[in-house]
Amino acid sequence: MLTYIMGRILSSIPVMAVIAVIVFMLLHLTPGDPAAIIAGDQASAADVERIRQALGLNRSLPEQFITWVGQILTGDLGTSIYTGRPVTELIAQRLEPTVSLALLTLVVAVLVAVPIGVIAAWKAGTWVDWALMFVAILFFSIPIFITGYFLVFNFSIQWRLLPVQGYRSFSGGIGPFLSHLVLPAVSLGLVYASLLARMSRTAMLEVLHQDYIRTARAKGLGSGKVLFIHALKNAAVPIITTIGTGLVLLLGGVVVVESVFAIPGVGRLTVDAVLRRDYPIIQGVILLFSFAYVIVNLGIDLSYRLVDPRIRY
Amino acid sequence: MDQVLGSTITTTPPPMARGRWRTVLRAVFRHPRIVVGGALFAVITLLTLLAPWLATHDPMQINPVERLQAPSAAHLLGTDGLGRDVFSRVLYGGRVSLFVGLSSALAASLAGLVLGLVSGYVRAIDNIVMLVMTGLMAIPGILLAIAFTTLSSASVATVVIAITIPEVPRTARLVRSTVLSIREQPYVDAAIVTGTSFPRLLLRHIFPNAAAPLIVQATFICASAIIVEAYLSFLGAGTPPEIPSWGNMIAEARNFLRFAVWILLYPSLLLGVAVLSINLLGDGLRDWLDPRLSGRLTEGR
Repeated sequence: MLTYIMGRILSSIPVMAVIAVIVFMLLHLTPGDPAAIIAGDQASAADVERIRQALGLNRSLPEQFITWVGQILTGDLGTSIYTGRPVTELIAQRLEPTVSLALLTLVVAVLVAVPIGVIAAWKAGTWVDWALMFVAILFFSIPIFITGYFLVFNFSIQWRLLPVQGYRSFSGGIGPFLSHLVLPAVSLGLVYASLLARMSRTAMLEVLHQDYIRTARAKGLGSGKVLFIHALKNAAVPIITTIGTGLVLLLGGVVVVESVFAIPGVGRLTVDAVLRRDYPIIQGVILLFSFAYVIVNLGIDLSYRLVDPRIRY
Repeated sequence: MDQVLGSTITTTPPPMARGRWRTVLRAVFRHPRIVVGGALFAVITLLTLLAPWLATHDPMQINPVERLQAPSAAHLLGTDGLGRDVFSRVLYGGRVSLFVGLSSALAASLAGLVLGLVSGYVRAIDNIVMLVMTGLMAIPGILLAIAFTTLSSASVATVVIAITIPEVPRTARLVRSTVLSIREQPYVDAAIVTGTSFPRLLLRHIFPNAAAPLIVQATFICASAIIVEAYLSFLGAGTPPEIPSWGNMIAEARNFLRFAVWILLYPSLLLGVAVLSINLLGDGLRDWLDPRLSGRLTEGR
């Protein structure tokens, strides 16, 4: 088992290396001179040269790559072109809102979506199933900012129940913290929850026609117990896998939702960097989010045994 | 009702040309999502294709005197912050959004087909291609697209490429897994034994089997690409602002949310309906073409 865990941890290293190579190559494979594009139309030749220096584009490709990998390994994500500050520092300052938003969304979405998937599978083929799955596909089809503006327009502008935008730190009390995060979390969570609900339904459907479910029913267990204890436990692995792989949606959505609600998080930092063409920041955020994704999914992979003791390594 | 239809299908005599079409049509109508999704998508596509005839104004025409007007007979869906006609812009904007959606779906399918076929057949390349695909899948698609557009000059083509790259792993893996399962089939062995050439083997035996799941996947990519185009334009990293696309319209409309909702409402509505129709279509197609995959929505954007 220990060998398995070590093997899994080691096998995520090539994936992270590939991510690093992709992000690095992006700067070099895009058509045109990235330094000139980042500098913008009004830039002088000296400006372009300064940016080329800052990005290290004046050195040879292997040299650049080695320096870059060395930097990443020591936790250095480069320097922002616009502010001249280290990217790691800029990201660290913005981490709290993003982590709060992502965690809150994740927890709420899982708590809502999984029961919906279970009920849809239980009522498979009926109008309940049909309606739930239509709602899921509907919310999967609506961009986050449309849901966001719809909620802001009604809850904040029309009914004045919740703040329009902004963020309050958890240290300032849980009331303002939550009231500022409710609408962003709902807008972000709907897409993710739709995905989860559908996957939970599929996973449950595969379990529900098994013999032990019939046995559980036959010995007189109530539907709730059969569904949520016998069936859900056995459907847990694919559901948890989707929670992990769906994180890519959630992390990408953070960028959009922070922009809608003016939340000063990492996503907002990225969008500001786009407007200023501050590429090192964008690069740093991509690396951070992708590595976070790999690490979380590694954890999920290792946790399968806790969920399903039949899995042996 | 379903039972009745089902039994008529199984008792249909071996298909002649017409009877076969009837069977196909009947099967399609047993999946209302294909009909509803397909019809909605056709209507929206038609509206955007007919934009030059349907539009009441030049979509680019700035008219400061008439800015922020509510919907009226002169401006069916009102005017935006620069006095441009929202109705005409929604129609023309749809062209850009649908073009991005369809071409991304096509490009991702082609790239995935090539990569999937190659890595499914050539063991030496397989590991490295799949490792790159795993790495790509770990990067949030929106971020990868943002990085790409930031480094390239703004154009619709750039947006299509930026949206396509993160989608390729899904199509490549799909094609690869089809290839891997089919190459073990006895009829493929038989084809090889009887001296079928490699290109012919791919074209006649492997491709037809990979096509159905690929079409389903392409449908979902198209839907997702329309949303990502909107996200990119919304974030200032997408379609150049002077070109009307649904994403650009929504991005501009956010400043007028308090007093001119229609500017935001109509492009959002069309975008939502378009994406929903494509997702419904894809969902129905999947149930029809491959019932085993039922309920599995594509992951990631």
